[in-house]
Amino acid sequence: MTATLTQAAPAVRKTAGAPASSSPLAAHRKELGTFAVTVPFFAYTACFLLAPTVIVIVGAFTSSSGGFTLANFSKLFEPNSLASIGTSILVSLISAVIGAVVGALASYALVIGAKPNGLLRRIIAAICSVLAQFGGVMLAFAFIATIGINGVGTVLIKQLTGYTVNPNWLSSLSGLVTVYCYFQIPLMIIIFLPAVDSIRREWREATESLGGDTWQYWTRVAGPILAPRFISSLLLLFANAFSAYATAAALFSQRSILVPLMIQGAMRNEMDPNQQGFAQVLAFAMIVVVAIVMILSHAVEKRAGRWQ
Amino acid sequence: MTLADTKAAVAAAADTTGTASANGTVTAAASAVLKESEVRGGGIQMRNVDKIYPGSSKKALNDFNLDVKPGEMVVLLGGSGCGKSTALRSLAGLEDIQSGRILVGGQDVTGVPVNKRNMAMVFQAYSLFPHMTALQNVEFGLEVHGVGKEERRRVAMGKLELVGLADQAGKYTQQMSGGQQQRVALARALAVDPRVLLLDEPLSALDAKVRVQLRDEIRRIQLDTGTTTIFVTHDQEEALAVADRIGVMNGGRIEQIDAPQTLYQRPATEYVATFIGLTNRLPGSSDGREGVVFGRRLPVLPNSAKGSDVTVLVRPENLTLAAAGDAADGSAVGEHARVEVIHFLGALVRVDTVISSGKWQRWNNGEQLKVTVQLPANELPAGLAVGSDVIIAPRPVAALAV
Amino acid sequence: MAVNIDEQGLTNEQGEQLTPLQAGLDRPPQLRAARVRQQSIIKTVVLVATLLFLFIPLASMLLFTVRHPLSGRWSLAAWQAIFTGNGESLGADLTVLWQGLGTSLALCVVTVVIMLLLMVPTMVIVHIRSKRLERAIEWVATLPLTIPAIVLVVGLGPIYRWLSADVLSTNPIWLCFAYVILVMPFSFRALAVGLNSIDVKTLCEASRSLGASWPRVFFRVIIPNLWQAILSASFISIAVVLGEYTVASLLGRMNLQVALFQLGQSNSQISTAMSLLALLFGVILLVALDLISDRIRNRKDK
Repeated sequence: MTATLTQAAPAVRKTAGAPASSSPLAAHRKELGTFAVTVPFFAYTACFLLAPTVIVIVGAFTSSSGGFTLANFSKLFEPNSLASIGTSILVSLISAVIGAVVGALASYALVIGAKPNGLLRRIIAAICSVLAQFGGVMLAFAFIATIGINGVGTVLIKQLTGYTVNPNWLSSLSGLVTVYCYFQIPLMIIIFLPAVDSIRREWREATESLGGDTWQYWTRVAGPILAPRFISSLLLLFANAFSAYATAAALFSQRSILVPLMIQGAMRNEMDPNQQGFAQVLAFAMIVVVAIVMILSHAVEKRAGRWQ
Repeated sequence: MTLADTKAAVAAAADTTGTASANGTVTAAASAVLKESEVRGGGIQMRNVDKIYPGSSKKALNDFNLDVKPGEMVVLLGGSGCGKSTALRSLAGLEDIQSGRILVGGQDVTGVPVNKRNMAMVFQAYSLFPHMTALQNVEFGLEVHGVGKEERRRVAMGKLELVGLADQAGKYTQQMSGGQQQRVALARALAVDPRVLLLDEPLSALDAKVRVQLRDEIRRIQLDTGTTTIFVTHDQEEALAVADRIGVMNGGRIEQIDAPQTLYQRPATEYVATFIGLTNRLPGSSDGREGVVFGRRLPVLPNSAKGSDVTVLVRPENLTLAAAGDAADGSAVGEHARVEVIHFLGALVRVDTVISSGKWQRWNNGEQLKVTVQLPANELPAGLAVGSDVIIAPRPVAALAV
Repeated sequence: MAVNIDEQGLTNEQGEQLTPLQAGLDRPPQLRAARVRQQSIIKTVVLVATLLFLFIPLASMLLFTVRHPLSGRWSLAAWQAIFTGNGESLGADLTVLWQGLGTSLALCVVTVVIMLLLMVPTMVIVHIRSKRLERAIEWVATLPLTIPAIVLVVGLGPIYRWLSADVLSTNPIWLCFAYVILVMPFSFRALAVGLNSIDVKTLCEASRSLGASWPRVFFRVIIPNLWQAILSASFISIAVVLGEYTVASLLGRMNLQVALFQLGQSNSQISTAMSLLALLFGVILLVALDLISDRIRNRKDK
């Protein structure tokens, strides 16, 4: 009888939700239990995130006979590969800079002199979160409808000024940058708005009351405070443009002028022994570039973290 | 706050005004740095200032007038929306005024932008630059004025020492407590050696304990540097503790501006009388020079209302309280009241009572007439308890009839 | 005498400071108001320019759908074709479009279900029990932002070849496995915001101390408190899945975007009109999302 009683006591405690970590063994079991619940998540991501990434990396270093090789990388340094990598970086960089500057200005314009939860601001923020996702086929259609061969803008310009817009303008560098800016600017607005929001009116007023003018406020106070977030956002925009595939693919499917388009081409020709591992090499190069950009972005934010 | 605190604060304020001209050596060094031509510690005149916020029809400042002597510390006191912060911000140039003139050190600054008024402001909170260390924050104003690196470091360290934070100079402001941040803000404001120091509720975001500590320190530093200072607050205890003079604000103008003691003892309006300290509203009569409350005569203050049916504002310590049994000797005149609560405040006792007989048993809309009496603990009638019957009468101290 | 009112305050031509009296003004100068005006001009210019850039392509799309690009004739034929489901008047075969739309909608459902089953229990448990595991899951869940979809596809190719040949089928519905990964960073953030806005730990301890079993705590206490976050995670996932092109096209499966692209080759008017509709749907979803997250924020502020 006594045995049953002593047995019952801990059981009661357990159902009552008392701290179960009374013994090291129980704590250990609890930790195991927690880990067990996360198994499906980690298993799934291992299959569909980790495995593809490993396949890419391994594939980049595998020869046609299945052994280790660095030969696949030689194709990376052929002129047309280098050209498309260069174009990719250039388009990403220019669209990131334009997107970051215009987006930052627009964020500032949205915040100054407006209520923190004003209607205009909320509407624009909602539209931006849609347009930032608006890459791909639909964006390509939008620009074809605007400034493509039979686009509304093209026709309008022709009728008004008699000037014929170059039908290939969209696939030129400046055309591509313009199209990319269409999702870069809204993305910048979304990620930069919180930073502008954190600027306090008191900082401006304190600067002025201490004798500083507008220029000093921007160069010594607001600028340095916003700089880390601006740079990390710029890097994020770069990575975003660099990894964008769908828009470019829908605009010109036949020409491999960007890295993602080269990957597409390499995938289509995977049976060609000449193309062995090329898609993987290109994908690996993309991972490296994006990873470097992300690490830089983290480093910038961390540096600012000293005072944040 | 308790009344005891109020009185202590009044006494402290009266004590310290005598030493207002003392000047610290640190300030002397700092003023040598800035090549300002203006006289330091200028006086302030605000004349007939009107301020209406855009999109509002109400006047935030309504024919506002203020005179501050050089080196003086004036507190603007009032509830929220009374215009006290607006007055301060208009003086700083952070708000436009619609009419009137503002003079500092005799110079009309109405057309001068904020950054050329040479006033420094301490805000309620969050005004320190987060990307700078405490030292860099203090140096900022000097840097903006083009002071050389070594000189501004020396002055800034001096100011940090003045506020007792020299050892925290290298810290970022986010790593500091609220009280420390406000000290840094004070040091930063003092570093530019302003003609006028403006404090906009600098303590209201702080814990009670830190608040008391820091307000005493602000007063010490202000006396030390002799800087003309305007301090805005809604906390009367704070105001009484630090001010040379307090301006009580209501409806966009100053109702009364006087030394704390005067304000407490001789309020000019009902608003001032009820805003500062505790006061009883007792029914009585007044002829403008003398009044009668509970059958006792007492002098009334200038500005008092006249009539047979007025309200006389009597402070709790200006009432007497005697056990009803003792009144049998016939010397006591007054009203019978019943003791409701007795608060022991150490040396003082506060007794809440309700008038229990006579024509004031029911007052106004049939409400009970509540009277609070405060007296030294040793004057408390023996055997007084909740429910005791007592007789209450005013002392012959001037009161305001309204 | 010329009087300037600007950043410098009230000054004469030599830049000397003036009082209103010297300047001959009967009222104080409105220096702050002047700055506010200047700011609002900058604000208006920047916003109008940005919004014009964003709206011109959308307006062009709309015009493009109602005006035939070659003949210049105005007609609602493209919209009629979509709403009647019959593109014959324009000589277009819409079956591909309906097939793609159907697939994408089915993909939305399946992806959201898998995502929720995978993320919600895991995130709740680690939120309560292990800070370390929570950080690990955050790192993994936001990883797809660093690994571009186009890269993922290269690695997914062999996996899907094996899946479709040996395990499942070539049915496009199996794209859901890849899509769960694509939506993971977004849904993770939405759920994390929700989890941080309620005190899950106290809720659990309170209900456990009242004798509730774990499943009961989870379904009766946590889920009802988390439904707004779950909804917003689902919405953002739907928005992403509906716009997905990269994975589907490179793995050779049909979804809405692939169908739009194919249709665009033959009839750009109908595909543009359909794009506008999809965009409108996205706007509605994300505006709803904004409203929901606003409510979460409000609750947190309280």
